[in-house]
Amino acid sequence: MRPEPGGCCCRRTVRANGCVANGEVRNGYVRSSAAAAAAAAAGQIHHVTQNGGLYKRPFNEAFEETPMLVAVLTYVGYGVLTLFGYLRDFLRYWRIEKCHHATEREEQKDFVSLYQDFENFYTRNLYMRIRDNWNRPICSVPGARVDIMERQSHDYNWSFKYTGNIIKGVINMGSYNYLGFARNTGSCQEAAAKVLEEYGAGVCSTRQEIGNLDKHEELEELVARFLGVEAAMAYGMGFATNSMNIPALVGKGCLILSDELNHASLVLGARLSGATIRIFKHNNMQSLEKLLKDAIVYGQPRTRRPWKKILILVEGIYSMEGSIVRLPEVIALKKKYKAYLYLDEAHSIGALGPTGRGVVEYFGLDPEDVDVMMGTFTKSFGASGGYIGGKKELIDYLRTHSHSAVYATSLSPPVVEQIITSMKCIMGQDGTSLGGGWAAWWLTPVIPCHNQGKECVQQLAENTRYFRRRLKEMGFIIYGNEDSPVVPLMLYMPAKIGAFGREMLKRNIGVVVVGFPATPIIESRARFCLSAAHTKEILDTALKEIDEVGDLLQLKYSRHRLVPLLDRPFDETTYEETED
Amino acid sequence: MATATEQWVLVEMVQALYEAPAYHLILEGILILWIIRLLFSKTYKLQERSDLTVKEKEELIEEWQPEPLVPPVPKDHPALNYNIVSGPPSHKTVVNGKECINFASFNFLGLLDNPRVKAAALASLKKYGVGTCGPRGFYGTFDVHLDLEDRLAKFMKTEEAIIYSYGFATIASAIPAYSKRGDIVFVDRAACFAIQKGLQASRSDIKLFKHNDMADLERLLKEQEIEDQKVKLKYKYKARIFLEESLSFGVLGEHGRGVTEHYGINIDDIDLISANMENALASIGGFCCGRSFVIDHQRLSGQGYCFSASLPPLLAAAAIEALNIMEENPGIFAVLKEKCGQIHKALQGISGLKVVGESLSPAFHLQLEESTGSREQDVRLLQEIVDQCMNRSIALTQARYLEKEEKCLPPPSIRVVVTVEQTEEELERAASTIKEVAQAVLL
Repeated sequence: MRPEPGGCCCRRTVRANGCVANGEVRNGYVRSSAAAAAAAAAGQIHHVTQNGGLYKRPFNEAFEETPMLVAVLTYVGYGVLTLFGYLRDFLRYWRIEKCHHATEREEQKDFVSLYQDFENFYTRNLYMRIRDNWNRPICSVPGARVDIMERQSHDYNWSFKYTGNIIKGVINMGSYNYLGFARNTGSCQEAAAKVLEEYGAGVCSTRQEIGNLDKHEELEELVARFLGVEAAMAYGMGFATNSMNIPALVGKGCLILSDELNHASLVLGARLSGATIRIFKHNNMQSLEKLLKDAIVYGQPRTRRPWKKILILVEGIYSMEGSIVRLPEVIALKKKYKAYLYLDEAHSIGALGPTGRGVVEYFGLDPEDVDVMMGTFTKSFGASGGYIGGKKELIDYLRTHSHSAVYATSLSPPVVEQIITSMKCIMGQDGTSLGGGWAAWWLTPVIPCHNQGKECVQQLAENTRYFRRRLKEMGFIIYGNEDSPVVPLMLYMPAKIGAFGREMLKRNIGVVVVGFPATPIIESRARFCLSAAHTKEILDTALKEIDEVGDLLQLKYSRHRLVPLLDRPFDETTYEETED
Repeated sequence: MATATEQWVLVEMVQALYEAPAYHLILEGILILWIIRLLFSKTYKLQERSDLTVKEKEELIEEWQPEPLVPPVPKDHPALNYNIVSGPPSHKTVVNGKECINFASFNFLGLLDNPRVKAAALASLKKYGVGTCGPRGFYGTFDVHLDLEDRLAKFMKTEEAIIYSYGFATIASAIPAYSKRGDIVFVDRAACFAIQKGLQASRSDIKLFKHNDMADLERLLKEQEIEDQKVKLKYKYKARIFLEESLSFGVLGEHGRGVTEHYGINIDDIDLISANMENALASIGGFCCGRSFVIDHQRLSGQGYCFSASLPPLLAAAAIEALNIMEENPGIFAVLKEKCGQIHKALQGISGLKVVGESLSPAFHLQLEESTGSREQDVRLLQEIVDQCMNRSIALTQARYLEKEEKCLPPPSIRVVVTVEQTEEELERAASTIKEVAQAVLL
């Protein structure tokens, strides 16, 4: 068993297979022994039976409750900022203060206004003040250390000037570089350079016309082998993969059940499809089951006709929460209710599972159970683009009906080569491309490329566990699953968003801070993305600085009292319908 | 003392009752009876949700059969079997094993093969690797991106430009950033699919006007003005113009700046120009340019910009070098125009096929003069022509559309693309090959 996370002593009843039934819920339910006894007396321990046997490994996910004082202070903070915002707007309107932002042309002043004034209130008065934490330009490989171009602002972030200095060697905790393939040396880069020489950078045509290169066919075959599915198809942009293929799969008369915290691309694809969308609470399987039951029993809203298809949209790792989807339960539900599952593995492919095959391998499930396996090449493969894998009929259909195949340019050849080389590295083959076919793959000698793929995956897992454990011990509130390489650290108060980002940069660490509207208004956070390229020294340095800044800004909110997830009561109001 | 006052009040009340007019008492009596009725009547139930028993629900769940996830695709579907291009899709390519001259890729300025472009991309690859590993907001902004945006803005003589990592996503993200529910958009019927998707995502009111017909547009604008009560049409009717220049950027105009330069229009009059870099610039991605007031908004509301990884730096470097080449040799645009005119003329008068498109455009269509009546039949005929041309080393392609999704589906056609790399002799050969094949197939 792994070492116990958390500094406080915990008493948990754990079964041999790692999951829990009829006992204290293991999911992030941590109490010290004294408190546990007291709580038991008070009847607070909830006995929840988890579907024992579905989970082959412990599933530790936790979202600690926001401390009440912090929530109140956060609202007060936003209130003060809003008041000041109104004051500044007033001053700008009466020209007491100089107006920095761009304005409409003189000739067009009486046109219908292009933007709603209120929409921009947040941007003008809150976002602008801490704008220097985002869009930081870099000028080196986004590896474990990165060079950031220094910029200065003399008018409170309305405009930036580059000083010409470059801050070198900043520890990069913001780029999605899970397996460390963002490199400018090594076999991947050499292969890509060769292909660039031969093929050029662009393609100038779509897949269905004359843009289908032999490289694309090679890539798709490799992706299918990597995932363990029958066939796969690759696209030029991960975002577009979702927004262009979901409309091809479902349409009017179909139902989409989408997780609360799904990515914008999934939401856009669902809306563009014209199907009815219902949202279930984040990772909450009772909510999903209720929606499925009601959908099948009551049919379409007014006509009561049965639904044509039901599609469940989930992600492998949710990048803002750091949580992992409860895939075994979703698959059990999908089989019971005959729905289809669309799994978006943008962050989890390459990052989870003993050999990096994603969340399906992490839970030890069969890839054939997932109807549509989608993912991107941006995060773990150091390239760009997306893919969809599944049965051959599905891929054939997408080849003919996907918007991207008909109207959008295909992937650029050097990018394709980078994906092929990095995927082969992860699979443990050598870097040169082969003609394909099972015999060739089997007979290829295993030659280590820059760092054997499996080692990268293991290094990432170790880094994840170590980093999360140390942060929890320090007393920060960390959301999400213990095994997810995305680590959100809660900041809550608006001023701390800016302060954290700036203080960390002063100490030569680049972090990503996120606030409203990407997160709920009081739950702003800093998000660390771990990488296999981070060595233990780098992590230790980072942890030391985070500790310092945490003390400086008083960020150690955790009281080690976590809310068991399955206890969140769901009610009739989880059933929402959006009319499109 | 208290009871006395109470009694006294009661007496007053009884007196009032006697003195009240009859209609008043009757009205009050009716009201009281009505209230009593309402109190005791059953509440109105909207739907009886609990009418189905658990067993019935389970039966329904058992019985329900969904449609298959995807309908089966027939094996001979025209789009199922892609052409496989071995090697780069440059001027001379190998398609399905045959060596052909490329008349199908949108490589207008021949920059796909240019050694300078490749060298610049290679230098960038050696410095930055391939991917950017993040969106623009989170350490995905490279100095190359800022450079490219700067160069594009300077080239187009606008204040600011913004780049996207995918050509299709450019206009499809730009439109919903500005136009929302309750806004109205006037669109040409022949607008490309990316624009259609952008409009669908924006949920605005859409009014289509006939292709290139300004009178029709004016009629629609007048109707809207009456309803509201409230380039010259723009200022008269107070509308904004968004221009999509994917195929005209790098082709039209003296310096390749597109339609605005071609017609001599002040670029400030156009609110937003959007183009993709996948045609003339032979790279990947797209950009929007215009005044800062307009473009800056997309940095926070453009979905394809904020929620997607940024353009790989090697492609941005390739685009910068391509821009350099365009700026250094403004003569190629005239050359391209000439070649377009030449082949346009040469392809007139083929029996059975008509040329559709302006003579200035480097990409034009060959449609069947008389349709056979069924679209599938037409498609098959045209495919036959394309295949035979490929056998004679001329690579052509049919223009592909999603038949069920397009708003105004154009008739099937063969698309011919002219590039600066094609010599006059090759153009002549292509024209004569197409003529021969068309005669053979259509007669």
